[in-house]
Amino acid sequence: MIEIQGLHKWYGTFHALKNIDLSVDAGERIVICGPSGSGKSTLIRCINRLEDHQRGSIVVDGIELTRDVKNIERIRSEVGMVFQNFNLFPHLTVLENCTLAPVWVKKMQKDSAEEIARRYLERVHIPEQADKYPGQLSGGQQQRVAIARALCMEPKIMLFDEPTSALDPEMIKEVLDTMIALAETGMTMLVVTHEMGFANRVADRVIFMDGGEIIEQAPPDTFFNAPQNERTKLFLSQILAD
Amino acid sequence: MTVTTPHLPVYPPGGHPDLPPPLATIGVIGWLRSSLFSSLFSTALTLVTIWLLYLLVSAVAGWMVFDAVVSADSRTGCRAIDSGACWAVVLTRLDQFAYGFYPAAERWRPNLAFILLFLALAPVLFFGLPHRRRLLWISAAYPFVAGWLIYGGFGLKVVETGLYGGFMLTLIIGVTGISASLPLGILLALGRRSELFAIRLICTAFIEFARGVPLITLLFVASTMLNYFLPPGTAFDLLVRVLIMVTIFAAAYIAEAVRGGLQAIPRGQFEAAEALGLPWWATTRKIILPQALTISIPGIVNVFVGLYKDSTLVVIIGLLDPLGIARAVLADAKWNGLATETYLFVALFFFVSCFAMSRYSLWLERRLATGHDGTGSS
Repeated sequence: MIEIQGLHKWYGTFHALKNIDLSVDAGERIVICGPSGSGKSTLIRCINRLEDHQRGSIVVDGIELTRDVKNIERIRSEVGMVFQNFNLFPHLTVLENCTLAPVWVKKMQKDSAEEIARRYLERVHIPEQADKYPGQLSGGQQQRVAIARALCMEPKIMLFDEPTSALDPEMIKEVLDTMIALAETGMTMLVVTHEMGFANRVADRVIFMDGGEIIEQAPPDTFFNAPQNERTKLFLSQILAD
Repeated sequence: MTVTTPHLPVYPPGGHPDLPPPLATIGVIGWLRSSLFSSLFSTALTLVTIWLLYLLVSAVAGWMVFDAVVSADSRTGCRAIDSGACWAVVLTRLDQFAYGFYPAAERWRPNLAFILLFLALAPVLFFGLPHRRRLLWISAAYPFVAGWLIYGGFGLKVVETGLYGGFMLTLIIGVTGISASLPLGILLALGRRSELFAIRLICTAFIEFARGVPLITLLFVASTMLNYFLPPGTAFDLLVRVLIMVTIFAAAYIAEAVRGGLQAIPRGQFEAAEALGLPWWATTRKIILPQALTISIPGIVNVFVGLYKDSTLVVIIGLLDPLGIARAVLADAKWNGLATETYLFVALFFFVSCFAMSRYSLWLERRLATGHDGTGSS
């Protein structure tokens, strides 16, 4: 589903991603973790080309990411993304947030777009908030709307960039539950997160990144119980301490 | 020492009901207490202010209303009747203040255009109207209909623009300038942030040039120099040239007000739109501009009010705006020396229009607020 080979990325002179090789199968759930600045967000943002890369290749569902705008738009309509800060459109209602892209990108009729939107809002358990504005919702509700908004494009892949990091503690669970339910539908998911409980329960593979490199990747069992690399061990001891 | 509050019952933990606030802190009484009589000093200040206001209002009202003369045939005629303002000077020349030298027999045409203006504005200004989409077509047709009505042709007698004047001229310049400069300014603001170097360069140069030159210079260019640059025989009407210059000038300011709004939009909004696969135009129209314009409302209205008042500068290149009419009226030996009344009248006209714009913009800001500015929960 995703094929990344020899990927390098620089911000100016800063070498942010170094020789990344990663392949993800359809239906696979991958959790990416690592200290801040390790390049994990940059990596998933390269997959829908919110960031461009300078060397190497990324092929998503058979389409190679290049400068070609048409290719980029095709890939973006197949790859959904959920952000740390939700990034809902504050001037639009929840329902309008969800129907905007289907109407403008897929040229869907407004009625059918709304029908799909209501179905996905149902799935993230907030159908009753459809006519409110994002500013009237709690953080957890907003993030669930953001997930529904991405799902309305019926993507094949979902990217999550630290989806629970901006939430109050009592709201993290409702978002994780939504993501777990999504994982159970067989969606291909790449999740950047520090929620190790989630990784343990859902992930097929956990990837540890540091300094722009993939240091170690393994199924959660092996990853948490028998990490190989010293840096992985140090990181796990730091985040599992509390 | 302990403070006891015997009249308040004791509730079990978690069982405390919501109580109403003490009466003296809310409503009219609360406002009076906190705003006007919060201390001895503020009470004194309030009383002194009321007394000063009384002196001011009674003096002004006496001059403007109670001792004023509304009908007389000259300044001396006014003075013979009463000592207050001599409104007769503006009332006898009201037609000129309204239309300039537009022929009396044709004045129904600007009158009709004026009435239609409100019909055309309504769907633009108020989005709650039913069938707004269809009504907007009427608004789009309005400039052509109004231009035809006022100028003539196609069956109507042509009235040369040199005869236009007074409030009619102000409205023509103001309405045309405002409605043309907003779209132009938005395009310039978007162009200035474009990723395409050539577009960015052109827009930036245009904005900086138009902002870096006084409006009066542009008007002089319009009145004298523009014809040198145009091929011979293409000289077009002075009023049209003025309208173009005013629009260019205002568009540059609008562009900067809108750019301020664009810069306030968080990066995440662009990223979310990109991640959904929205093309540039849909992102701009549906996500970025609605938010940026909402933020820019105070700045944009500021430019509009400025443009509207700056339209009086056309008096310098010989157009008879209300100030030009006022000057002509005061030059009449019969009304000599009544500058206060004449200019107050003109000022009142401008104040009413500008105040209306200001109130509308406040209403619009409230109408567009969706609770993302901290009024909702986090």
